[in-house]
Amino acid sequence: MSHQAPRTLTAESVMLPEGHRLRRLPMLGAAATIVGIGLLTVFGAAHPAKVYAAWLVAFLFFLSLALGALYFVLIHYAVQAGWSVVLRRLGENLASTLPVFALLFVPVLLGMGDLFPWARPEAAGDHLMQWKAPFLNRNFFLLRAAIYLVVWSALALGYARASRAQDATGDVGISKRLRRFAGPAILILAITQTFAAIDWVMSLSPRWYSTVFGVYFFAGCYVSWFALLALLATALRRGPLKDVITVEHLHDVGRLVFAFVCFWAYIAFSQYFLIWYGNLPEETFWYHLRLQGRWQALSAFLAVGHFVIPFFFLMGRTVKRRGPWLTIGAIWVLTVHFLDITWLVLPSIGQGYFSSAILAGAVLAVGGIVTMVFGRRLAGRPLVPIRDPRLAESLALDNA
Amino acid sequence: MRLPMTAELPAGAHYGLLAEFDTTKELYHACEKVRDAGYTRWDAHTPFPVHGLDRAMGLKRSPMPFIVLVMALLGGAGGFGLQYWVHSVEYPLTISGKPHFTWPAFVPITFELAVLFGALGAVFGMFALNQLPMHWHPLFFSERFERATNDLFFISIESWDPKFDPVATRRFLEGLGARQVELVQSS
Repeated sequence: MSHQAPRTLTAESVMLPEGHRLRRLPMLGAAATIVGIGLLTVFGAAHPAKVYAAWLVAFLFFLSLALGALYFVLIHYAVQAGWSVVLRRLGENLASTLPVFALLFVPVLLGMGDLFPWARPEAAGDHLMQWKAPFLNRNFFLLRAAIYLVVWSALALGYARASRAQDATGDVGISKRLRRFAGPAILILAITQTFAAIDWVMSLSPRWYSTVFGVYFFAGCYVSWFALLALLATALRRGPLKDVITVEHLHDVGRLVFAFVCFWAYIAFSQYFLIWYGNLPEETFWYHLRLQGRWQALSAFLAVGHFVIPFFFLMGRTVKRRGPWLTIGAIWVLTVHFLDITWLVLPSIGQGYFSSAILAGAVLAVGGIVTMVFGRRLAGRPLVPIRDPRLAESLALDNA
Repeated sequence: MRLPMTAELPAGAHYGLLAEFDTTKELYHACEKVRDAGYTRWDAHTPFPVHGLDRAMGLKRSPMPFIVLVMALLGGAGGFGLQYWVHSVEYPLTISGKPHFTWPAFVPITFELAVLFGALGAVFGMFALNQLPMHWHPLFFSERFERATNDLFFISIESWDPKFDPVATRRFLEGLGARQVELVQSS
């Protein structure tokens, strides 16, 4: 409990200073993109189908982080959160990379025929595919993708711009307006994200049914975003935000990673359990694919690595309050989330679509582009919404 | 003879001194001073939780999380073990053609029992650590102490604290801005 006057911040004091490690993000991103495209050219030129599959994995991985960030910003406003004000700009910056995903989606469109069974000529002779054709056809798929990406970009840029405008004016009305719109915005985001997960992941196995899949994808988005936020917060604490982002904020972010690790496990197990129990062939084949050959080991690893290990690792208070330990936990969670996306996508596409060099190339290329855009935004504006009405509350956060 | 469910205290004519404060702020800073003065047998009484008071009082971290974890693990292990014993050992039935040891089917109950035992551990662990239920305590001799559930904030220092001295401790508490300091009898 402190009794000092409420703290305020100046824009200059919370800019990313020259020479800070995160200033190098755009350059690192550019380098990664070049290396990634090089890898894809060298190893993938003869195997375009493998490149498309790897690209889809990388695209979904980085998309899930950006969508998680957008959820975070919207929920922050909807619940009028105080504690997370000093972290919100990081979410705004990452969500603002969403427009770039329209560009990154082009290779997925080019590879449609290789990736999605319903987009292949054979689908014409398949009764079930024909029945689903009014929804699963190339034109409607393209239209839906355009809608998702436009809606997400509009939400992300709208919230980021308004927050930036508040930096100059300190107008409380902006916060109120953003709060009023946050509820409907979450609904819009949840629906579009669910349909995107159905379109881009589930429809790789167009015969499969799972009503919880949209939530499963959300769980991955949200937990991996908080893991990334923990990394960013820890990195910025070694720099300009030393006294702005405190151990208390790290603690809360760590708790959210822990909570959504549990949430992911709950949803993942529920999906598996109901399909296993019902034992219907049109549902079980999806897991059957993942429980044979080399995918079996990955399935088992996900159960342990995406739940048991982070659950016990992140449970204690000490781990969440120590930067280096939290960093280890966050990197672990991001890694298993990437494996989770791989596990969702590649077995559905079929045998022989896995190549580690091509996958690495796609991750570097997609990740590099996203990092470039994110890094530029990070360096180009204050790292904290300096005139947010709840900033003082966030600065004084104390978990006691 | 000690009545059941009353405070368990050493013998002595006086329970201790009860100091009364008007605001949380005064109480908070007074607690810091009492802590720094080296008193060990004392407590603070407030009508509502005061953030950070545990730190001002120098309280050690509660063993509660550990109790809950152990209880939850026991509950989970018990739930899983019970189902294993019933379904695979003692009374195996074939249900929808599945093997007798069908661990996925055991998970919901394992989870629920872990939650149940964790919650019971939290409730009864809290009771045990707070020495509840406690129907009577010498502080109830003070009439003003009733207002600890309403609008006043108190610090009590027990007379069997090694640093306790009826005169010096009273002066110390008054020096901390106590509105009133009262000597409370013990029985």
